[in-house]
Amino acid sequence: MKSFGPTPVLRDVTLEVAPGEFVALVGPSGCGKTTLMRIVAGIETPDAGQVRIGERDVTRAHPGARDVAMVFQSYALYPHLTVAQNIAVPLLMRRLSLAQRLPLLGGLMPGSRAARRIMAEDVARIAAPLGLSHLLDRRPGQLSGGQRQRVALARAVVRKPSVFLLDEPLSNLDAALRVATRREIVDIHRRTGAATLYVTHDQTEALTMADRVAVMQGGQLLQLGTPSEVYENPADLRVATFIGSPKMNVLSAELGEDGEVRLQGIGTGLHSATRGPVSLGVRPEHWHLGGPWQAQVVEVEYLGEAALLHARLGDETVVVRAAPSSTAPAGSLVPLGFQGGLIFAADGRRLPLHEVAHAQG
Amino acid sequence: MRKGESLAGWLLTLPAAIAFLLLLLLPTLAAVTLAFTDYELGEWPPHWIGLENFTEMWTDRGFLTSFRNTVVYVAIVAPVSVLGGLGLALLIESAARGRAFFRAVFFLPVVSLTVAMAAAWQYLLHPTIGPVNAVLRSLGIAGPAWLSSSDTVLLSLAFIGVWEAVGFNMVLFMAGLTAIPKELREAAAVDGAQTAWDRFRLVTWPLLGPTTLFVVTISLIRSVRVFDTVAVLTRGGPNKASEVLLYTMYTEGFTYLRLGYSAAITLVFLVIVLGLMLLQTRVLDRRVHYG
Amino acid sequence: MGSAIRLGMLSALGLFVLLPYIWMLSASLKPTDEIFRASLTLIPETFAAAENFGRVFARVPVLDYLVNGVIVCAGILVFQLLFAVPAGYALAKLRFAGREFVFGAVMLGLLVPPHVPALPLYAGLSAVGWLNSFGALIVPSTISVFAIFLFRQFFKSLPDELIHAARIDGMSELSIVWRVILPNAWPAATAFAIFSVVAHWNDLFWPLIVVTGHERATPALGVLYFRTEEAGDDFGALMAACTIMTAPLILAFLVAQRRFVEGIATTGLKG
Repeated sequence: MKSFGPTPVLRDVTLEVAPGEFVALVGPSGCGKTTLMRIVAGIETPDAGQVRIGERDVTRAHPGARDVAMVFQSYALYPHLTVAQNIAVPLLMRRLSLAQRLPLLGGLMPGSRAARRIMAEDVARIAAPLGLSHLLDRRPGQLSGGQRQRVALARAVVRKPSVFLLDEPLSNLDAALRVATRREIVDIHRRTGAATLYVTHDQTEALTMADRVAVMQGGQLLQLGTPSEVYENPADLRVATFIGSPKMNVLSAELGEDGEVRLQGIGTGLHSATRGPVSLGVRPEHWHLGGPWQAQVVEVEYLGEAALLHARLGDETVVVRAAPSSTAPAGSLVPLGFQGGLIFAADGRRLPLHEVAHAQG
Repeated sequence: MRKGESLAGWLLTLPAAIAFLLLLLLPTLAAVTLAFTDYELGEWPPHWIGLENFTEMWTDRGFLTSFRNTVVYVAIVAPVSVLGGLGLALLIESAARGRAFFRAVFFLPVVSLTVAMAAAWQYLLHPTIGPVNAVLRSLGIAGPAWLSSSDTVLLSLAFIGVWEAVGFNMVLFMAGLTAIPKELREAAAVDGAQTAWDRFRLVTWPLLGPTTLFVVTISLIRSVRVFDTVAVLTRGGPNKASEVLLYTMYTEGFTYLRLGYSAAITLVFLVIVLGLMLLQTRVLDRRVHYG
Repeated sequence: MGSAIRLGMLSALGLFVLLPYIWMLSASLKPTDEIFRASLTLIPETFAAAENFGRVFARVPVLDYLVNGVIVCAGILVFQLLFAVPAGYALAKLRFAGREFVFGAVMLGLLVPPHVPALPLYAGLSAVGWLNSFGALIVPSTISVFAIFLFRQFFKSLPDELIHAARIDGMSELSIVWRVILPNAWPAATAFAIFSVVAHWNDLFWPLIVVTGHERATPALGVLYFRTEEAGDDFGALMAACTIMTAPLILAFLVAQRRFVEGIATTGLKG
């Protein structure tokens, strides 16, 4: 379990990860997610706040003393060592004393040979399920991107860390490889049983891989919840628009005296206690053809399994996910309705809805 | 367009090619040829004497001393200035501030007029009025005549040589150090390399490989070329105790006017430099570049 | 290692490296008798700067030496660039018969130290009566294979598209060199310029060979003359002379420090 606190790049971030849990840190670039991870790793120190791993306060501890392992975005493999030697480095640093690690002489130290033999076995055992057994004698320069990434993974898990950190590990892979590697990483996580922190800017990765998702922006933690929670119940407009692809449609709406939200003057059936201008968020798949609003189709994107209609509703454009057969030509008028809309205040906060007599949307 | 490109190519390289021919190629070939003649300035034509110059070199005690002195000088200056440069580079790179300042201080000897600084060293090392011996005297030690005693002269020159060279090597090492990717150091930290020695062995030293090789070669070649300090301070003395290859080549050629013999010495010098560069290419191809 | 220890070590070593400069300056300010007393005080008891420097300026044509140095270094640099920049560009970007051969010759030339052709060049210059002149000082150094190599490497890293676009725009090969290549060669040219000026300002070997007398002497040679002629007695004036001769480059260095260091480092690493 780990928790941390604030720094200038990060503001008042508190995050707890349970043992064995997979938490994805997701957000646009510059949101502070990488900084947060580096603080956990010990590569950067927070200006204020703590990092605890298990029961220990490791805020000032050296990275090597924290029992964390990290996979870097660029893999950071030692170019002069073979794959086997790369994987063995964390074991070497921890199991052999300084004397045993000395060049030439180290091999003569007592216990050194036995320790090295055990290390070689551990390396082989880790390398096999990752498909690296035949590459153990190669150097990183001779490997492909995907292979290098597996070596980085192997090096991270070889000593069974209690915390497993991954910094955008898939961003340097091509699209096809990414999907396959996603599942592999989740498998590795389950096998190690370590608390895992996974940094990415890709919300799909976060949703598909994580037990819980931490959405960050501008140095702040906006929401921490399960994938379905952040998708269906975003706490903030920023979370709502970041999670989900295509993006949630955000339209300006007003709250009438009776508490009902009106879009373009037409009642939506949603009621709230606040007054004044609000934003109405409707995801593309929650729109349907047929309803009280009239929109003019601007463009249709055919996806195969669906079609995306871009339509003008008043001053704003909405993206509607419809069945592929329901394509309407550009320029035509389509009636639109929705269900499952969300209301947001002017400052982005999500507003609770009041249950009223069920209205047609 | 193709023809225009070819023509332009020839025209642009022509001046350099002519200069190369006249100022480099022909003189070098002439020098190599002269090495096998008995050419003396003023005596024309020279005669072909085959390897006589070289056999004379082997038996000439003066030349052998010169050769030996050069080897000793290089053996001191090259390793010390390389390690010194590396040490300084590591110290400065890891310091939080004052980097530019210290870099300037240690680099100063490189941009200073060698001859002038040699004269300054002569003052410093002067047996009677120099500050160094004055300090030793105040400690009760009788300092030797650094530059005029045959026991210490080569050592003193080597010391000055290190002083001149260390800043240059330091700058080269610093460039190599900044080229080491930051993430690699971080990975090493996470992997458990906690002490400076661990970090050095795991990341710094291996990734400095190409730079180190280059610096070593450059240092060897630059120290073999020692001339200025000898010409200014000792002129090869006392009793040829500080005679070095290039100085011998100079005196044979321009004091004794034995250009043929001098050319033979030049040839030896060339072979040594070529040998060092060949060594660099050999090691380079094999060990130092990864994948 | 504690940062205090590190700073301490650097300061101690730095002071050590600066010793010759400090003492050189100190001695140039002291009168002869004080120097001969061999005291360890840096500040002179009697300020003899005027006398020492005065004697230097009276007996030594300091200005002549400095001017000669500037003329020689500038002259060498101008011709080096004149030869090397076009050749470097041609070797990097243009295709013509014999290109690989020329480049091979350049690489071979890199192996030959400048001292090797010195003798025959001297003999040749002597034969045409060209010794003891600016020509003798400048001309042999105008071919710098190192410069050609450096510029070729540099131009190789320029994108081809730049030149293709210029050709499509209708520029002739020559105007491409003039308008596109030369302006872009600036970074490499400054780096090389620093390297060349430092090397030739410092050079003692070649001026010693081709120059006799004071008229064409460079600063390095000038110091040597003063040193030998003084027979080691007037240290005050000698140190003053050294200070004057070495000051220009040091001042230039302190002003353009980063350029200097980068210049030497990049030329060093590429060479």
